[in-house]
Amino acid sequence: MPIKTYRQAINEAMAQEMRRDSTVIVIGEDVAGGAGCDGDRDAYGGVMGVTKGLFPEFGESRVIDTPITESAIMGAAAGAAQTGLRPIAELMFMDFLGVCFDQIYNQAAKFRYMFGGKAQCPMVVRTMAGAGLRGGAQHSQNLTQMVTMVPGLKVVCPTNAYDAKGLLISAIRDNDCVIFVEDKFLYETSCEVPDEPYTIPFGEAKFYREGSDVTIVGISNTVHKAVAVADRLALEGISCDVIDPRTTSPLDEEAIIESVEVTGRLVIVDEMTPRCGLAADISSIVAEKAFGALRAPILKVTAAHSPIPFAPALEDAWMPQEADIEAAVRAVLGYTR
Amino acid sequence: MPLDKKLFLRAYRTMRTIREFEYRVSDEFGKGNIPGFLHLYAGQEAIATGMCLNLDDDDYIVSTHRGHGHCIAKGGDVGEMMKEIMARQGGSCAGKGGSMHIAAIEKGMLGANAIVGGGPPLIVGAALSAKTLGTDRVGVSFTGDGGSNQGTTFEAMNLAVVLKLPAIFLFENNGYGEGTAAGYAVGSKDIASRAKGFGMPALTVDGADVFAVYETCQKAVQHCRSGKGPIAIEASITRFRGHFEGDAQAYRGKGEVKRLMAEMDCLKIASAKALKQKLASRAQLEKIDKEVAAQIESSVQAALAAPSPDVSELLTDVYSSAY
Repeated sequence: MPIKTYRQAINEAMAQEMRRDSTVIVIGEDVAGGAGCDGDRDAYGGVMGVTKGLFPEFGESRVIDTPITESAIMGAAAGAAQTGLRPIAELMFMDFLGVCFDQIYNQAAKFRYMFGGKAQCPMVVRTMAGAGLRGGAQHSQNLTQMVTMVPGLKVVCPTNAYDAKGLLISAIRDNDCVIFVEDKFLYETSCEVPDEPYTIPFGEAKFYREGSDVTIVGISNTVHKAVAVADRLALEGISCDVIDPRTTSPLDEEAIIESVEVTGRLVIVDEMTPRCGLAADISSIVAEKAFGALRAPILKVTAAHSPIPFAPALEDAWMPQEADIEAAVRAVLGYTR
Repeated sequence: MPLDKKLFLRAYRTMRTIREFEYRVSDEFGKGNIPGFLHLYAGQEAIATGMCLNLDDDDYIVSTHRGHGHCIAKGGDVGEMMKEIMARQGGSCAGKGGSMHIAAIEKGMLGANAIVGGGPPLIVGAALSAKTLGTDRVGVSFTGDGGSNQGTTFEAMNLAVVLKLPAIFLFENNGYGEGTAAGYAVGSKDIASRAKGFGMPALTVDGADVFAVYETCQKAVQHCRSGKGPIAIEASITRFRGHFEGDAQAYRGKGEVKRLMAEMDCLKIASAKALKQKLASRAQLEKIDKEVAAQIESSVQAALAAPSPDVSELLTDVYSSAY
């Protein structure tokens, strides 16, 4: 099977769906790049090159470069989704949610319900998240928690190229507004990805590792740090379940609970800030539904409650590291009443 | 083409229906038969009517929190609307929308919007669908003077110009954004010129004159259908009621509302003009008045007789499929 990067897999999913369905369009800032310029008309293909090549194949009516205007991009995508298109709107960095959130959570997320089931909003918001690239406080955040709390939205955060392709095809075919969170650390990672289109259902977690001592849940890129820790601990005879929920809305609660029923110990790793976040949310679900199985307190390994700092030494201290995960796993294993 | 006899009678019936509807929901609100908030369109009827007479069912509109009139003018079912606003089964939005989210999706009325400035970006999307899918549909955003100051409206106008979309930005300047005068809040004083600054043509019209509104909107719709890109209209008008029902309107000058209601009543202006030009007889207009009154009465009785929505529907339609 061919090996493809996360970036290639996402690009392929869009290209294949655009070939299959003429109502699928891509809209955003520099999704081609070069509009109105004298040089290359597909100069960027998105700032990370994820949409590269779509413009030459599908043209300016379906790969639409916009001004820097996030509210209008999201609103236009929502309005277009209500009237017959299936837009894939790119929100360059997830940090920019702040300038367009109304069009997502007050508009797109609510059409179906607010209008009594008579409207729908089949749009995808592709966005890029994740710290560690020294992007500072406004180009680094993963705000998955903010969209996960909104009824009407579905939220997908793929952690490898295979999942990215299947989940994006599912998102494009879905009749609700789906927020598709790409982790910018993963674009160069690769794995086997089939050439043909395929879908992966939402709400089905993936087990990266299976074990019986501790359950580790990791969101987005943190799951790979959890895997590295689990592999090291395995050499000591400590076995961990490492679970990637793959979608935070819907969330595969069952997979997490079933795992905790066996291990009795849970560590949740999340690169987002700690208050009202996904780690807190999953922790409360397990406390409510699997309290009897717990043999130790649930530990959360999250970022610090601060804006994201720029200096590498500070940013590294801000975000969850493998050492933090390992310490948490050892702490739940060593817990005695 | 000015309004002819047939179209005038349609316009008159629509305006009368909106007026009756608004005054009746005000009464029912006073009686405690309507929960929540009400923002009435009384006084502004000629604008929604004059515009929507130029549209087909498959053209799109988005509206404001003051949306009953737009919904009726676009062909929304008055009985379903009354049930929705009175929170009864059979309402247009199954009891999940209410007055501020009244909609008639099947008629291209994509929804009233309780976020001021929420609608203009959406109509850019509807116009984008029309252009991408190669239809000749147009999208009309009804926005108030209040919404004209929101950044979303500026972004929407700019994007519509950049992508040359068939979108009409119709600004209803009723003089007040809630309790603050447009003369204070609209920095340029003039919404039409501001729209021109985004690179689109803009027209102005007396919003109390349905004949003028109809002809102005006709030009705008023709402009869009012929592929010339977006256009704006500023219609001057007053509102007969407060920002919301229960608003004492202490911010308005002494005698102002009474004076404007005498000077700017679109129904009186339209009737007088039609009778003078022999587009309709007094008997015809009175017949319409009676029919409309009966229609509104029966819609209220039907709503009052209907039960509340069933709580088993609380979680339906959050998502399109099992979640």
